Amino acid sequence: MQGLEKLMLEKANALLQSGEVDRVIGWKKGESYYDVSPATFTKDNLEGFVYNCFCGANLSKYLVAESKKEGKMLVFLKPCDTYSFNQLLSEHRIEKEKFYVVGVGCNGHLDMNKVYAQGVEGILSMSEDENNLIVETVYGQKIVEKESALLIKCLTCKSKEFAVADETLVVGEMKPANPNRFEEVEKLESMTEAERYAFWKEQLSKCIRCNACRNACPACTCINCVFDNNASGISAKANADEFEEKLFHIIRAYHVAGRCTDCGECSRVCPQNIPLHLINRKVIKDINENYGDYQAGAEVNARNPLVNYTKADVEAKEVVEGGNK
Amino acid sequence: MHRIGVFVCHCGSNIAATVDVERVSNALAHEPGVVHSVNYQYMCSENGQQLIKNAIKEHNLSGIVVCSCSPRMHEATFRKTAEAAGLNPYMVEIANIREQCSWIHKDVEEATEKAIVLARTAVAKLTLNKPLVAGETGVTKRALVIGGGIAGIQAALDIADAGYEVDIVEKNPTIGGRMAQLDKTFPTLDCSACILTPKMVDCAQHEKINIYSYSEVDKVKGFVGNFKVTIKKKARYVDETKCTGCGVCMTNCPSKKGLNSFNMDLNTRPAIYIPFAQAIPNVAVIDPEQCIKLKSGKCGLCSMKCGANAIDYKQQDSFVEREYGAIVVATGFKPISLENFNEYGYADNKDVITSLELERLMNAAGPSKGTLVRPSDGEHPHVITFIQCVGSRDVSGCGKPYCSKICCMYTAKHAMLIREKYPDTQVNVFYIDVRTPGKNYDEFYRRAVEQYGVNYIKGMVGKVYNENGKLMVQGSNLIDNEQVTIASDLVVLATAIEPDPSVKDLATKLTISIDTNNFLTEAHAKLKPVECATAGVYLAGVCQGPKDIPETVAQASAAASKVIGLLAKDKLKGNPCVAHANEMTCTGCSQCAEVCPYGAITYENKEFRIGGGKTEKRRVASVNPAVCQGCGACTVTCPSGAMDLHGFSSAQILKEVEAICKR
Amino acid sequence: MQEIEKNQKKPLIVAFCCNWCSYAGADLAGSSRLSYPAEVKIIKVPCSCRVNPIFILKAFQRGADGVILCGCHPGDCHYSEGNYRTRRRMGLLFSMLNYFGIEKERTRIEWVSAAEGAKFSAVMNDFAKTINELGENRRLEDLRCKD
Repeated sequence: MQGLEKLMLEKANALLQSGEVDRVIGWKKGESYYDVSPATFTKDNLEGFVYNCFCGANLSKYLVAESKKEGKMLVFLKPCDTYSFNQLLSEHRIEKEKFYVVGVGCNGHLDMNKVYAQGVEGILSMSEDENNLIVETVYGQKIVEKESALLIKCLTCKSKEFAVADETLVVGEMKPANPNRFEEVEKLESMTEAERYAFWKEQLSKCIRCNACRNACPACTCINCVFDNNASGISAKANADEFEEKLFHIIRAYHVAGRCTDCGECSRVCPQNIPLHLINRKVIKDINENYGDYQAGAEVNARNPLVNYTKADVEAKEVVEGGNK
Repeated sequence: MHRIGVFVCHCGSNIAATVDVERVSNALAHEPGVVHSVNYQYMCSENGQQLIKNAIKEHNLSGIVVCSCSPRMHEATFRKTAEAAGLNPYMVEIANIREQCSWIHKDVEEATEKAIVLARTAVAKLTLNKPLVAGETGVTKRALVIGGGIAGIQAALDIADAGYEVDIVEKNPTIGGRMAQLDKTFPTLDCSACILTPKMVDCAQHEKINIYSYSEVDKVKGFVGNFKVTIKKKARYVDETKCTGCGVCMTNCPSKKGLNSFNMDLNTRPAIYIPFAQAIPNVAVIDPEQCIKLKSGKCGLCSMKCGANAIDYKQQDSFVEREYGAIVVATGFKPISLENFNEYGYADNKDVITSLELERLMNAAGPSKGTLVRPSDGEHPHVITFIQCVGSRDVSGCGKPYCSKICCMYTAKHAMLIREKYPDTQVNVFYIDVRTPGKNYDEFYRRAVEQYGVNYIKGMVGKVYNENGKLMVQGSNLIDNEQVTIASDLVVLATAIEPDPSVKDLATKLTISIDTNNFLTEAHAKLKPVECATAGVYLAGVCQGPKDIPETVAQASAAASKVIGLLAKDKLKGNPCVAHANEMTCTGCSQCAEVCPYGAITYENKEFRIGGGKTEKRRVASVNPAVCQGCGACTVTCPSGAMDLHGFSSAQILKEVEAICKR
Repeated sequence: MQEIEKNQKKPLIVAFCCNWCSYAGADLAGSSRLSYPAEVKIIKVPCSCRVNPIFILKAFQRGADGVILCGCHPGDCHYSEGNYRTRRRMGLLFSMLNYFGIEKERTRIEWVSAAEGAKFSAVMNDFAKTINELGENRRLEDLRCKD
């Protein structure tokens, strides 16, 4: 990872110096090793630029705002993030000319909660090698296998292809994507209706309506969100109608249906650990099985299956019965 | 502040017998926003409408709900009523308490409760109605007629005679269509060419009519009053402006083995040809598949012999774009293929022919110069057997489920003409039923039986086979309850007709619908037989359903009168219930344009103020209200909720849902 | 006492009907006096493709026990392709609702032409019977409530 970080920093410096780009979007170091957050950098200030195993955040969504600014920006995109980038291009939310896309290799990123869960406490400092996270704690050194602490979205990685990139920086071979990412959806499908209802009720009743899922979602870029009541004066917390409040997750899932690239940000940012990606992934599975394989963002300007149809499409009933028990 | 009036109709006893109308009007009087609520015996009557008008003025109503029959029945009536009283016609909502309540429920309590809910729902929707004004568009004073058969010719002549320009697009090198191939016509037995060709000449000479022969409709854009049509003129390799139709090229062409489709392939024609003597335009055309010059580069005889210097081997397909206010579709028919009917031996025996082939064999300009001979040996047939309903009224899946309508009459005609000209010939007709509704039709058929001694046999034919040069027709005689086998010299199949195959593609281009048999669907089976669901498109002839010549001509004239009515207008009022994008929330994602069936949505980069004296350019959708038909597909596709539909806004429908679901 | 009242509560069915085919089919059912239960309440839309999933979700959230969508037969849409879009949208929506545990019988699409008054009535009778047997739908009133 350190090798890659060095290459990225060199690339950023070179492009900024040559004037090819005016700004860079990447990740910035916080107080500790695992405390990294998306940030923009300029020529004179690349201070704190980092790329480590905690840089799981998808930078694409930030580009909607960045695209409106003057000048060109260098953006580092992991393979899964490139799909979101393309989807935003398709929807005219960003302009390609505004960005220089550097695809960066990825072997999965970590979920700090999973590190804590392994009993790691009193952290002093961290470093990583190819397979392990090496944690110095007040109780001595702890080795955490990276594989054991992967983010859900990385465990079910959909692709290691760069859907878009002006150039790529990859060190070594990337581990392959997970071909069985629909396993969990299938498990839910095999339950009875009552069991599924119980499952979702348990999960969704944990929701505190913090809107983190929506805010992180690259498909959620409306100017006015139905879940915000602008008249209330309290942004992002009050609904105009209890209906939106109560069916928030279903409404949101349908809102992004056919446009969701399965980037997994919703689940990653959920403070209550609700497996929100399982909702969107169900829609993707239904699309693939009934209307032909489709990966949002794989191609710019591909027709979303929901704005498409064939005369031979199956009836709605068959879609329901095809997947769910 | 809403000032809503509710008007509950008794519809005599149609509603009042099952719905307690008094209770409905009383219940609605207490709904928020309702200031006036009454019931009356017949709201649609003169007095009822007056009652509404008076109430609108007296109570200064902002909108009205009429609880009555289906909006499909009287919504237009009550909108006019409202308008007459100074209210915007779109401030009217109908609660359907007849078809969807009183007529289907027996229990008064239950029906009354439901009527109240339906009325409340209409009130709820009305609170969000906005006055709508229909946009106006101009009308291009020119019509397009697609198909130059008798239907197209009649429609074009009628429209042109009313003073409007008409273009006829005909895919064949000449107009005339199927009627030009017929010998005589029933029930008067006058010669088809004698009555058709003068009309063809009228078309050619009419200063308002322009004929695009050997041409097809390539693209259709636009909408009623403002269609833009691209016409593809297929290369005929002959300059239409120079060719005099002298025919020298035809006699000199060395490639003479092309099948003559005008004569149903019964004889041959040269590679350069004029389909028939009275063709309009009387201009030659080269079949590129057959022409030696076009295939190998050698030859060029026709060009050398042409005194008018009209041959142009380098001619290419060309395209013209024309604007029209209205379109008449008159694409006609073809006989079905007989590949599913091996039992009649059509493919194996030259002397088993279709009725249309018989027409050519009996025609003085046909391959046998009007002498009825067997195609196999040129001998005169002495026993001729007709088989009716070949592929018609066939539910087995091999043929067509419908009655082709014309076969009973033309078979009687054929039988009669043969018996008249060749009295020594025995004529048999196998039939399921003989159907002869129409003026002088049954009399005509009876003449065939009674006067001309045609042998009608009620029964179906199972098999036709060749035995020692005789065609053995094996069938049943249901009247005598016996199997019969008739040794015949010639067998004529009354083949079912189907819409010309070009109609499928055309229907897609015109966004008009087609039924399971590929007939075009009229707007209403009884009351709008020549209109289409797509405004400005009209139907004439067999493309809409099987018809004989008188019916086709009548429908063509009806279509023409609709076109004339449309072209006579200077402005057309649009449907105001169209989509509109909220530019403040539209993200320009383009999904709406992808689902619009009419291409009504375009995008533009617009400058918006974003506060602090700054502006930003954003891509936003804009709907052409004249093109939008108001289906609402875009409103659901729009991820940001920026697209909405006038008259059926999301907020209105959600209000209706809430009103219904309120317990 | 309250319990008894609850059980006697008639189900609530919202039917979205397209203006050109199914609403006309419902009218024909009416003029042919072909009855169906009064709990079926019809909302007219220009085309089945005007039905936003939000409308259906709202109906359920507000207490509808079944929602049915009726449109022209595929291929016969007045707007030529609206019902094809409906078929996809609703296929995904209904499947998603079922995935959340909403009984699949509570959602339905039927293609009813203007000539099919008898079919309209038969469909509504059948749907109402199905919903009656399923009973009340509470699962979509609030997916997030903590009980």
